[in-house]
Amino acid sequence: MSDTAVVAARLQEIRRIIARHKRWDLLFALLGLCALMLGVLTFVSLFAQMVVEGGPRLSVDFFTNFPSRRPEQAGILSAWVGSTLVMIVTALAAVPLGVAAGVYLEEYAPKNLMTDIIEINVTNLAGVPSIVYGLLALGIFVYQFGFGQSILSAGLTLALLILPVVIVATREAIRAIPIYVREGAYGCGATQWQVVRDHILPYSSAGILTGVIIGMARAIGETAPIITIGALTFIAFLPPAPFTGEPMAGPFDWVFAPFTVMPIQMFNWTSRPEEAFHQNAAAAGFVLVLMTLTMNALAIWIRYRLRKNIKW
Amino acid sequence: MKFAKIAAALGLAGLAVSGIAHAQSALVKVDGSSTVYPITEAVAEDFQKEKKNAIKVTVGISGTGGGFKKFCRGETDVSNASRPILKKEMDACKELGIAYYELPIAYDALTVIVNPQNNFIKNMTVAELKAIWEPAAQGKITNWNQVNPAYPDVPLKLYGPGADSGTFDYFTEAVVGKAKSSRGDYTASEDDNVLVQGVSRDKGGLGYFGYAYYIENQKKLKAVSIDNGKGGVLPSPETVENGSYAPLSRPIFIYVNAKSLEKPEVKEFVEFYLKNAPKLVKEVKYVALPGKVYEANRERLAKKKAGTVFGGTEAVGMKIEELIKREAQL
Repeated sequence: MSDTAVVAARLQEIRRIIARHKRWDLLFALLGLCALMLGVLTFVSLFAQMVVEGGPRLSVDFFTNFPSRRPEQAGILSAWVGSTLVMIVTALAAVPLGVAAGVYLEEYAPKNLMTDIIEINVTNLAGVPSIVYGLLALGIFVYQFGFGQSILSAGLTLALLILPVVIVATREAIRAIPIYVREGAYGCGATQWQVVRDHILPYSSAGILTGVIIGMARAIGETAPIITIGALTFIAFLPPAPFTGEPMAGPFDWVFAPFTVMPIQMFNWTSRPEEAFHQNAAAAGFVLVLMTLTMNALAIWIRYRLRKNIKW
Repeated sequence: MKFAKIAAALGLAGLAVSGIAHAQSALVKVDGSSTVYPITEAVAEDFQKEKKNAIKVTVGISGTGGGFKKFCRGETDVSNASRPILKKEMDACKELGIAYYELPIAYDALTVIVNPQNNFIKNMTVAELKAIWEPAAQGKITNWNQVNPAYPDVPLKLYGPGADSGTFDYFTEAVVGKAKSSRGDYTASEDDNVLVQGVSRDKGGLGYFGYAYYIENQKKLKAVSIDNGKGGVLPSPETVENGSYAPLSRPIFIYVNAKSLEKPEVKEFVEFYLKNAPKLVKEVKYVALPGKVYEANRERLAKKKAGTVFGGTEAVGMKIEELIKREAQL
């Protein structure tokens, strides 16, 4: 008789403990949700404000017009073309360098003090303020190498900026490949380069591409280093397209052209006295956010496509 | 492997060659003050349209000081400046043998503004402004009734441009008597729209910035007339032109590299600038100079009279007449 009472009491106590722990569980979930919402709602409200303010300015003309002193005629043609070209140079420079460095560190580098120092530095580089890269690039690319205030200088600067991100992403992606893939290949007599080319690179490409695009999405919004190396504010012409114009432009003339980018165009418009320019800035901000979101969406899509093709 | 190396070398060579080729196309490079920027932007826009893009113009914003740094290294053809060139900048230019023409192109009126609900302030003397802004006022003058016992008990909130701005240099020189000498406990921003927002929301607010920002925000702000001994004068194109709005009107300039001016594209651009300045200056809400100043500018270019007439100092409270007289001295 008393036994069942004890069991019942025990049961109740256990239930109470479970209930208490579940309350904590719920509390933490709510806290986490609040933390998430804080970020998401801030973004959504900022985004909504830009859409409301800048929405009416979005038209085909806005994308095909150069900047102008008349707000209703001003557009972002030179800015979005500039941003896109700078991103192309950035990708062309950062991807081969970053991937090669990542593969070397992961597959080839001997485990010694030197490698450790390099590894620590690469990780720390990701935390260096972007203005420092701008100053470095001003000295090296603009003056030392004589690239001038050009798309090439800007692209290489941003490439330096995202290099650590690409290297770290490459290494993470390589580490995710099961060891037996490597061992199997070596067991069949493959050389190190054959393993890298036929196994490591194909299997890690999804992760690498994701890292590259996330890095680029950061780079496209960068303003400080680009201003430091001398991006312009008013520019009403596009870089010369290869093999066009008179005299005919060479295939690489565009990389030496002066340029502006989206964040600088936005910044200039927000600092103007006329209210109408502020609407232009909001519209340009909307386009810039869309560019970033598109790049991120692309990253997700590529990852999905490439993962589907991997068969281990 | 060998092939790849040769291809890479050829690619690099091509890059270098095409870079040199590109540098030869007609391009006019302008950089400098953000105050002068709207005028130069308007000129550049119309100039390129008229030339059907045969001549390209780029305009950057790196501040008057930053602009002169590039200008004196020979990197730009024209420099926008909201104040005359300073001594150390003159020396820097001289060191690299860079001669320049100094061309006043417009007047700007620094405007002192208060909240529209502020009904006790209409007029302020320069002495009152000095009492508010001088370094000694820091932490002490915090209420309107301390400025003048006749004013009510309302907290005084100050808004002004940051220390890197040419506007700040000029205002402190004109009001306090020494450039860059100001109290530090005010809301400073390089973005004038922040100052507009601040004063329009703060009943006891007071701030200063360029005339164009006041004109665009007249509904949100009230301009204070400035009494320099002869009664209060409000800023307007007329009072700037006749010299009665003093000492807060200032000339703004472009500086042209004398060597660049030998290039036909730069010459055409500067000529276009002087010809169209009266119309475009008004359009972007600055005060145009009398026609004879632009005429005198053209003459100095023709007679190759390079250099500055300010000797490396600010041009405080300089009336247009006086400016003309000075410019003639070269």
